Amino acid sequence: MSRVNRTASGGRIDRSKIINFTFNGQRYRGFDGDTLASALLANGVHLVGRSFKYHRPRGIVAAGAEEPGAMVQLEEGAQTQPNIRATQIELYEGLTASSVNVWPSVDFDVSALNGLFAKFMTAGFYNKTFMWPKSFWMKFYEPIIRRAAGWGRAPDKNDPDIYDQMHAHADILVVGAGPAGLIAALEAGRAGARVVLVDEQSEPGGSLLSQNRKIEGLDSSDWVAKAVAELRSMPDVRILSRTVLFGYYDHNYLCAVEQKTDHMPLSQRIGKVRQRVWHFRAKRVIIATGAHERPLVFADNDRPGIMLAGSVQTYANRYGVMPGKNIVLFTNNDGAYETALDLTQAGANIVSIIDVRREAAGELPTRARAAGIEILNGYAITATRGRKRVTAVEIRAIQKGARQYTSAGRWLDCDLVAMSGGWSPVVHLFSQSQGKLSFSAEKSCYIPNISVQSQDVVGAANGTFDLASCLLEGQFAGNAKSAGLRKISVVEPTEGQMEPFWIVPGSVPIGEGSAKHFVDFQNDTSAADIALATREGFENSEHVKRYTLTGFGTDQGKTSNINALGILAGLLDKPMTEIGTTTFRAPYTPVAYGALAGRNLGRWSDPVRVTSIHKWHQENGALFENVGQWHRPWYYPKPGETMQDSLNRECLAVRNGVGVLDASTLGKIDIKGPDAAEFLNRIYTNAWMKLGVGRIRYGLMCHEDGMVFDDGTTARFGDNHFLMTTTSGNAAAVLDWLEEYLQTEWPELKVYCTSVTEQWSTISIAGPKARKLLQKIAPDMDLDPETFPFMSFKEGTVAGMAARVFRISFTGELSYEINVPWNEGLAMWNAVMAAGDEFDITPYGTESMHVLRAEKGFIIVGQETDGTTTPQDLAMNWIVSKKKPDFIGKRSFTRADTSRGDRKQLVGLLTEKADEVLEEGSQLVFDQFAPIPMPMAGHVTSSYYSAALGRSIALALVKGGSGKEGEKIYIPLEGKTLTATIVSPVFYDKEGSRQNGEI
Amino acid sequence: MLLIECPWCGKRHETEFQYGGEAHIARPEHPEELTDQQWADFLFMKTNTKGVFRERWNHSNGCRRWFNAIRHTVSHEILAVYKMGDEPPKIEAGEADK
Amino acid sequence: MAKYSIFSIARNALNNHQDWPRQWRSPEPKPDYDVIIVGGGGHGLATAYYLAKEHGITNVAVLEKGWLGGGNTARNTTIVRSNYLWDESAAIYEKSLKLWEGLSQDINYNVMLSQRGVLNLAHNLSDVREGKRRVSANRLNGVDAEWLDAQGVKEFCPVVNISDKARHPVLGATLQRRGGVARHDSVAWGYARAADARGVDIIQNCEVTGLRREGDKVVGVETSRGFIGAKKVALVTAGHSSVLASMADIRLPLESHPLQALVSEPIKPVIDCVVMSGAVHVYVSQSDKGELVMGAGIDSFNSYGQRGSFHVIEHQLGACLELFPIFSRVRMMRSWGGIVDTSPDASPIVSKTPVKGLYINGGWGTGGFKATPGSGWAFAHTVAKDEPHKLNAPFNLDRFTSGALVDEHGAAAVAH
Repeated sequence: MSRVNRTASGGRIDRSKIINFTFNGQRYRGFDGDTLASALLANGVHLVGRSFKYHRPRGIVAAGAEEPGAMVQLEEGAQTQPNIRATQIELYEGLTASSVNVWPSVDFDVSALNGLFAKFMTAGFYNKTFMWPKSFWMKFYEPIIRRAAGWGRAPDKNDPDIYDQMHAHADILVVGAGPAGLIAALEAGRAGARVVLVDEQSEPGGSLLSQNRKIEGLDSSDWVAKAVAELRSMPDVRILSRTVLFGYYDHNYLCAVEQKTDHMPLSQRIGKVRQRVWHFRAKRVIIATGAHERPLVFADNDRPGIMLAGSVQTYANRYGVMPGKNIVLFTNNDGAYETALDLTQAGANIVSIIDVRREAAGELPTRARAAGIEILNGYAITATRGRKRVTAVEIRAIQKGARQYTSAGRWLDCDLVAMSGGWSPVVHLFSQSQGKLSFSAEKSCYIPNISVQSQDVVGAANGTFDLASCLLEGQFAGNAKSAGLRKISVVEPTEGQMEPFWIVPGSVPIGEGSAKHFVDFQNDTSAADIALATREGFENSEHVKRYTLTGFGTDQGKTSNINALGILAGLLDKPMTEIGTTTFRAPYTPVAYGALAGRNLGRWSDPVRVTSIHKWHQENGALFENVGQWHRPWYYPKPGETMQDSLNRECLAVRNGVGVLDASTLGKIDIKGPDAAEFLNRIYTNAWMKLGVGRIRYGLMCHEDGMVFDDGTTARFGDNHFLMTTTSGNAAAVLDWLEEYLQTEWPELKVYCTSVTEQWSTISIAGPKARKLLQKIAPDMDLDPETFPFMSFKEGTVAGMAARVFRISFTGELSYEINVPWNEGLAMWNAVMAAGDEFDITPYGTESMHVLRAEKGFIIVGQETDGTTTPQDLAMNWIVSKKKPDFIGKRSFTRADTSRGDRKQLVGLLTEKADEVLEEGSQLVFDQFAPIPMPMAGHVTSSYYSAALGRSIALALVKGGSGKEGEKIYIPLEGKTLTATIVSPVFYDKEGSRQNGEI
Repeated sequence: MLLIECPWCGKRHETEFQYGGEAHIARPEHPEELTDQQWADFLFMKTNTKGVFRERWNHSNGCRRWFNAIRHTVSHEILAVYKMGDEPPKIEAGEADK
Repeated sequence: MAKYSIFSIARNALNNHQDWPRQWRSPEPKPDYDVIIVGGGGHGLATAYYLAKEHGITNVAVLEKGWLGGGNTARNTTIVRSNYLWDESAAIYEKSLKLWEGLSQDINYNVMLSQRGVLNLAHNLSDVREGKRRVSANRLNGVDAEWLDAQGVKEFCPVVNISDKARHPVLGATLQRRGGVARHDSVAWGYARAADARGVDIIQNCEVTGLRREGDKVVGVETSRGFIGAKKVALVTAGHSSVLASMADIRLPLESHPLQALVSEPIKPVIDCVVMSGAVHVYVSQSDKGELVMGAGIDSFNSYGQRGSFHVIEHQLGACLELFPIFSRVRMMRSWGGIVDTSPDASPIVSKTPVKGLYINGGWGTGGFKATPGSGWAFAHTVAKDEPHKLNAPFNLDRFTSGALVDEHGAAAVAH
C-alpha cells in the first residue's frame, strides 16, 4: 500500500526504519516514530470507527490524549486491549489492530441503520420507553441495548504481562515536558532540587515538537534536545517519558502510569514489566499540562477528514503526514492560520480559511493573505458532505448569535477540514487537586484560579498561550529566585484575539432537520440533545452531562465538555461564569487494572501465614483451612476415607487414645507490668487479681456494647507477668484493642503488651493417654494431677527442649499444650509423633477440634457469636463477675434489650433421627406451620456428627432457649421440615470427669 | 493517601496508620452511675463534624503509638497533631475554613 | 403529567422534540408547606412521591442544596437486592425490592431495573456458614435466595476464577436472582417528575442553614433563599445527616466516610450479574453502557470531601483481579467518591426525633441506593402519621439506648 499522504521530508519520524502493521486485516507500512494514527493517515485511512448510537463513520480527529474516537482493539488473544486510542499507540513492528463495535466491518456496519431512528434516539429516550409490557424490558429491550453497548472486547485469557509499582519523593514534580515544564525542570534542577519530570509522550518537547519556533536562537526541537541533555546530566533529576500523570490526590500525592513495553514489538516484551504505576509525594508540583484544542460545532461536523487544526499541524510537522490535499480551515482564532501556512509550505492546497470573526488582521492572517490563501471572514461551515470522508463543505456568511442563518451558501470541495474553536487549558490535574477554576471571558476558557495544594500551574495549562510567557512562568515556578535573571529570547508569531463561537446556526433551529451538530463525538451527543435537556428542565451542567451523556466517554469529554457548556450558556442565556464546569475526575486517561493492582496478586494479595510445622502437615496429606491469614490443617484424610471417616477417626483417637493438634496459630500476647492484673481485670469479664502464679484462667472479652469479642486462656508467670492467648484470627485485633485502652483510656496503668504469637510453637496433645505420652518425653516433669492440676502450667524440659507446658483443654480430654520456641516447633512435633507411636497418636485438624469442643458445648467466637451475643446469651453467666464494679462491657448488660430474658441463648439440639446432621446456619422455628414470613426462633451455629456419641449434635442460639430444654423446635427446609429437641449444650462427659485422663 | 505526621516518627503515608475516630470521648469513670441514655451517648453518639475535627490515629505500622490530630474533614488538611493526654492546640476555625 | 411511551416519543419526533415539557417545574418556594423534605436525592424524592401518592399530602417541598440526585444517588454502584440477614432488614429491603419491580410503570419512567442476579461470594468456611445462614433466613422471610457451590458460581458467572489455588478461593456463594442493578440518575429524575406531577415543589439550589423551633416543635427551616415555614420537616441528607441533625441539637450515632467507586471503559458484555465479595472488598457489575462498575470498602477516616485515598482503589483492583483475572487489561476510566454516613450496626435510622415534627432518614452506610423506594415509602408513612410504620419501627433512634441494634455487620470471620 502506498503511503499516499506522506510529506516529502521532515518530521520526527525515521524514514529509514519501515514498520509493518495490520489494521482491519489490511497490511500497511509506517515509519519508526509514527503513531498508529499518523501511520493510518499517511496511508490515507481516515475511517477508523463508528459512533456509539448511530454508527456514523468516524475518523481521527486529534493527535493525542484528547482524541474523542479512533479507538481500536489492539492485538488479539491474551494480549488484546480494548478501546486504545490510535493517537496514543506508538507504532511497532507487527502491530495488529481493528475497529471496535462494528459489524461486520467498519466500512459496512449494519448498525448504521440506527441512524434512521435518530429522531427517536434523543437524549434520555430510554427513560421514556421500553416500559410496556413490563416483562419485555429484561427479556427483549435490555439484551438488545447491552449487545449494542460497549466498544472493544476484554481478553478472554489471563494477562501474560506483569506490572509493578514504585514510590518516589520529589522536591519538585513537573507534569508535562512542553516548553513551560522543561524550563521549570531546568530551573529547579539547576537550583539543586530533586526533580521528577513526567511526560506522556514518547519524547519530551510537547508543543515544540509540532510547532516551529526559535528559542535562544535555536530551532525549537534543538532547544528541546539541549534542555533534555542538560536535565539528563543532573544527578537528582529523573525524566519519565511515556508516563501519564493520571491522578492528583490530597497532600500532594500523585499517581502516574509509565508504559515500559507497549511501544515494543510483542516478541520483545516477554519477561519485562509492561507498565509501572508511580506514586509520588511531592513538596511542590508544577502543572505544565498544556491545552487541548476545541472542535467547532457545526452541522455534520463528525465526518472522517474533519480534524482539529492543531492536530493537523502536528501530523504535518511532527509525523510528516499530510492528512489531506485540499484543505479547508475553519476557525475562530489565529492559530489555524499557522497550520495553513505550515501545510502550504509542505505542499498542500489550502482551499480556504473560513473565519467566523468579522476581522482577522493579525500577523498570521496577514501572512496567510500574503501567501495567497483565500480568507473568508464572518463565514462559517453550515453543512458538510461525504459518507466515509468529507468531500465538500457549505459555507455562508453568518450573523453571530443568530439561531438561524439567512444568507446564501456555496459549496467548496475538499478532503480535509481543519477546525479550531480555540484552546482549553488542561486543568484536569489542577481540578483533581481541589483547585478552583474560574472562567476567563477574555481567553474564553476555564483557567486555574485558587490553588489548594502546594503547586504552580504554568504555560498553556494556566491559560498562557504565547511561548515567551510560558517560558517565563516555567522559570518562575522552577526557581522563583533566579527566574527573570535570564531572559529567554523567543521568535514566534503574535496571535490576535480569538472570539468564542459555540455553535454555528443552521437553516432551521437546532434539532430540526436531519443535520446533527455534534458536541460529544464519542457518545453521539448533539447540540439538539443539549437543547432537549434544557427544555425538559435539566439546566445544571451536571444534569445536562448526565442526561445527554456528554463527557461520559472514554475521553471523558476533553474536547466536548467546554462546547457543551458554551451551548448550554447560550440556551439559558447566561454568561459562562454562571454555568460552572462539571467535575474533573481521575484518571486523566484510562489506566489498566493490572497496572493498578501491580504485584499485589495471588499469594501477594494477602500474606499467608503458616506455622513452623506446616511442611509436616503438607507432607502428611493435610487439607488446609484459611483462618484469617493462617493456613491451618483442616483434617488429615487417609487414602479411601471420606471427610466424615477422617473426622471420626481423628475424634475417636482423641477420646480413646491421644491426638495431636498444631495450635501454634493461637494468638499469644505477653503482658507485663505492675498493673497487669488490674488491667486484665478491666478487660475480661471475670476476676483476675487473685489468680495464682503458675495458674491459668479462661476469660471472655466484650466490647463496650457488652457483645463478646474474643476469648482465650491467660497464664500467670509472675506477679507482674501474664501470657494471654487469643483466637487465631483475632490476635492482631485483640492486641490493638489492649493497646488502645492502655494508651488512650488508662495511661496511668503500667502495662506493656508484646505480640509473641510467632515466638512460640504450640503443640497440643489431647486424650486419655496424653499424660503417658508427655511423661515419656518429659521424664523429669512432675505430671501428677495433684501437683500439675488442670488450668496450671509448668516450665521444664520436654524432648530435650526447654518448654512451657500448659494443662488446659478445649476437647474435654486430658490435654497438654507444649510450647517451644517457634523454630523448634517441628522438632518437638516430630518428637511427640515418635513418642506417640506406641499410643497410635493421631494428628487432628481444626474440623475435629470443632467437633470435640462442640461435644463439650464449648463456644467458638465467630461461630456461636456474631457480634450480637452477650456472655449471658452463651449461658456463660458463670464467667461474668458480679463483684467487679466495672469491666469493659458491663454497663451495657443492663440495657433494656440486652437484659431481656427471651434473647437468643445457647442450647444444644438433638435431631429426631440420629444420623441427620443439620446444616450450619439453618434457621429454627417454634411453629412449623406459620406462613411466610415465618417467625424465626434462632439458628444452628454448629452442627456435626459425633462419633463418640454415635449421633449428630448441634449447638444453636434460640430465643429464650435456656428455659426450653426438652421442647421441640423445627428446621424448615425446602420440601421438608426437620424436628429437633432442645437439650443442654454439653453433650459429652457432662460431669467433666475425663479431664484427668488415664493415670 | 494522606500524609500524616506522627508526633514520634514524623511524616508518613496514611497506610502506616489506623484511624481511631473522634477524639476526646473519655470512657466514663463510673459507668454504673450513668443512665442508659448517657451510656448510649458515650457508646455510640458522634459529633461527626464537617470542618475542623479532632480525631485519633494510631501509628499501627510504625511506633504503634496513639495520638490526636486536628484535621479538616472537607479539605483533609491536617492542622495539628498532639500526643494523647495533651491539650488540643487552639485552631482558629476561620483560618482553617478558608 | 405528559405520559411517556414509545408513542409519545414518536409523536414528539415528528416535531423535532420541541414540545417535551419540563420533567419537573422550577418553582419559587412558598412561604410555608405542610411538609418540607430536606435533601433532593433518591430517598428524599421518593419520600415526597409516596407522601403525595399514598397519603394525599401534596403541599410538600423538597429542598436541595445543589442539583437533585447529585449526592450519593449520583455516586453509587446501583446494586439492588434484599437478601439481608435479620428479619427487620429483610422486611424493609424486600418491600423496597417489590416496589422496584413495579417502579418504572408506577412512575412512568424507565429506571432500567435489571434483575440479573446478585452473588455474594464465600471465601472461607466461616463465610460459607454465614452465607447458608442468610439463605435460610431469607427463604423463611420470603426473600428469594439460593446457595451455590463453587461450580454453581462458575456456571452462573463464568468469568469468576474459582481455582482453589487462589489466595481467597471461592467456596460458594449466595444468589438472589431478583437482585440486580438499576439506572441511578433515572431513579432521582423519575421520582422528581412523578412527585412534581402530584404537586410537590422541587426547589434546587436551596441550602438549609438552620431549623427553626418553637418550644419543642419544629416550625420551619432557614435556607439560602430565606425562611420557609413547615408543619413537619423531614431530613433525608445521607452523608450529611449529622450536620442537619446538629441544627436541632440532635447527636446521631453516625460517622461520615468516603466511599469510592470506579468504572472501566465500556466493553462488550462479559459479566451478566452482580458479584460481591465482602471478604476481599469488591463488588462488580456491568452497566447497560458496557462499563464495569465497581465499588470498594469505605475509607477509614471521617470526611465530607467526596473523595478518598488512592490506595483503597489499588487494593480493590488487586482483589478484583483475584476474582476476575481477565479484567487485567481492562482500564479504569473514571473514579469518584461519595459520603456515606455509617451507623454502629450497619443499619439505617428512619425515625422520629426528640423534636416534634422533625423526622430523620439516614445512616444507610454503603447500601442506601437499593433501599430508595422502600425507605421513601416507610418514611412517608412515618411523616404522614407521626409514627413509624412497622417496617421502619426497628430502625428508630431509641435502639441505641435500649441496645436493640439490627447488626448487619455479620460475624467476624474468626475461628480457633
